[in-house]
Amino acid sequence: MSLLKISGSPHVHGDNSVKGVMYGVVYAMIPAILASIYFFGLDSLKVMLVSVVACLLFEYLIQKYLIKGEVTITDGSALITGVLLAFNVPSNLPVFVIIVGAFVSIVITKMSFGGLGKNIFNPALVGRVFLLMSFPVEMTSWPIPKPLFSGKVLDAITGPTPLGILKEGLDVGKSVSELSQQLPDYITELLGNHGGSLGEVSAIALLIGAAYMLYRKIITWHIPTSYLGSVIIFSGILWLINPELYINPLFHLVTGGMILGVFFMATDMVTTPMSPKGMIIFGLGAGIITMLIRIWGAYPEGVSFAILIMNAFVPLIDKGFKPKRFGERIKNG
Amino acid sequence: MKTFKRGGVHPEENKLSENQPIEVLSVPKRVTILLGQNLGASSKPVVNKRDKVKVGQLIAKGEAFISANLHSPVSGTVLKIDDVPDQVGYNKAAIVIDVDGDEWVEGIVRSSEIAKDIKLSKEEIVKKIQEMGIVGLGGAAFPTHIKLMVPEGKVLNVLIINGVECEPYLTADHRLMLEKGEELLIGINILMKGLGVSKAIIGIESNKADAIHHLKELANNFLGIEVQSLKVKYPQGGEKQLIKALINREVPSGKLPLDVGCVVSNVGTAFAVYEAVQKNKPLIDRVVSVTGKSVRKPSNLLVRIGTPISDLIEKVEGLPEDTGKIIGGGPMMGKTMISLNAAVIKGTSGILVMREKESSRIAVKNCIRCAKCVSVCPMGLSPYLLAIYGEQERYEDAGLEDVMDCIECGSCHYICPSGRPLLDYLRVDKVRVGEIMRNR
Repeated sequence: MSLLKISGSPHVHGDNSVKGVMYGVVYAMIPAILASIYFFGLDSLKVMLVSVVACLLFEYLIQKYLIKGEVTITDGSALITGVLLAFNVPSNLPVFVIIVGAFVSIVITKMSFGGLGKNIFNPALVGRVFLLMSFPVEMTSWPIPKPLFSGKVLDAITGPTPLGILKEGLDVGKSVSELSQQLPDYITELLGNHGGSLGEVSAIALLIGAAYMLYRKIITWHIPTSYLGSVIIFSGILWLINPELYINPLFHLVTGGMILGVFFMATDMVTTPMSPKGMIIFGLGAGIITMLIRIWGAYPEGVSFAILIMNAFVPLIDKGFKPKRFGERIKNG
Repeated sequence: MKTFKRGGVHPEENKLSENQPIEVLSVPKRVTILLGQNLGASSKPVVNKRDKVKVGQLIAKGEAFISANLHSPVSGTVLKIDDVPDQVGYNKAAIVIDVDGDEWVEGIVRSSEIAKDIKLSKEEIVKKIQEMGIVGLGGAAFPTHIKLMVPEGKVLNVLIINGVECEPYLTADHRLMLEKGEELLIGINILMKGLGVSKAIIGIESNKADAIHHLKELANNFLGIEVQSLKVKYPQGGEKQLIKALINREVPSGKLPLDVGCVVSNVGTAFAVYEAVQKNKPLIDRVVSVTGKSVRKPSNLLVRIGTPISDLIEKVEGLPEDTGKIIGGGPMMGKTMISLNAAVIKGTSGILVMREKESSRIAVKNCIRCAKCVSVCPMGLSPYLLAIYGEQERYEDAGLEDVMDCIECGSCHYICPSGRPLLDYLRVDKVRVGEIMRNR
């Protein structure tokens, strides 16, 4: 027997680990990964591979040669960023643009702030927004889905997203009922057979992953519920006021990056509040900002901006909304 | 099923010794009785070197308000009164007695016949409990007689008996409930009389179904004692959590159970009270679980206070080859021991032998802000933040964030995926905040 160990309690540890948490998220993304390959073919696989490899490589290079510290690229976090970044771009995005996105995500947004756990903003979202502003054309020409084995021969044809159709149509004075003929029906939107970024296409696949994360307790219900709730209420009120000018809440829920953003980005633990109350405030704020942008903003989609804006509020939210203490407080005078 | 609401974790239960009946450990050759083994002030020795003592003889007196009497658990000669290392390695004043035979003082009833009639009055009960040196046997060793002295103006309506034993591995209370059920119910009746309450609730976690069943049946013959099954959740044995679980009252920050109309006592304590009041027997022995995954014979032993830990280990067929850590108490709140030479004290509920491979902490990583520590904290604190304050020595801020409410249950460190030593930082916070408060 060697020497006895001395340490403070507790002397047992639960089965949690950073890797366990991160790979849980990775598993949750598998249905959406498969869906995007199905709808966008091997192009989407290429985008994901480039994004993941670039993210891992940037993190490796920074840790190995700049920080000269421990290399932690196997912890799963850079892998998540890589896949999420790919989920946020169209499948025909040029390789060098993806690499720029990975650079912004990993090097600027994550490693500059101290690596995993220290970043203020969601790395994949900053990468996406940077690309959207720097490469607006490449980032907004979405290929029309061409499901594998469907026999369709629609090569390299691009089309707008449902949100884009709506925004442009409303801007030129068309009514919702006129535009709805051009919009895919809800079943199509749920399953994913419409234009958009890789991870935006199939709400069902994303929801399966989300259910898994909720089951594994990797995420909690607070942010998704308050986010979706505020979107429904916000768009619902406007829809009730004038259904010809404002489309119904269901459309907002199933289109664009809503499901992806709500369940995979707004729940990123590093960049969201710590207390349940704070999480609810975060979700409410993100929902309201999303709708403000979608309805009155310059962009058709507002999920990424909304989440990034709320990321910036997290320190304040954490300060203002503490968990409820056990027992009433008695002020000592 | 009832439980407390906020926070909590469910570590592997590992109740390896739950089916082992309590065995009496033979009297050791030498005992070491620490003078400061109860919460509060140390006891003052009333014997000298070379004095002959008998089993049950008063050897140190609790003179301060919060203090307890100590009695010799053996008969023999006082070898020395000197500083010796305690279980965690600090030098503490102790009375060391060399054992000679097993001669008891007169007046202690040693038969196991159950004495049901409570003859003493309320005041006499409190006095007897104080005289017999009874302290809480759940671990904190708070002198029991103080709990029975209810200050004027406080309304008390229920006695809560802690049979939760939420610490993994430990089974001493479980066995006591099974084997000494009637005695401990009489003990509860005595405590009720001492407090002047007509109702008592025993809280037991549902993983001890046999004990719940047994005590429920016995309780039919006792007035005002209710047995309540609780969902298994750590730290339900925490006083505040148990009160919340059983009667849905929250003890305010910095206040006592008395402030919400109840007093909490452990099942082991209730049994000791029975022996003190009905059998005139001071607190000189207790049940200790000796357990661990590699321990050859996990056991529950009735041992005299002051027995060297090595005697207990010998009884379970020695220290396993792969031992890495020895803990006094359970794995969540117990303290690591520096050697086997230290002695059993009144608060020793178990000796846990951990394997080498279970003994190391996982590597510490950055906080990933997963908020698990916040969600498991039973006191509603923000352990991640308090740990940051500890790291940055911002103790004023830690105080403002209510670090003093921390009950040191360790759930935060247990759950942290980054293996951050959150409770280590919180303990430092608490010491420093305590200093700041005293200096004010």
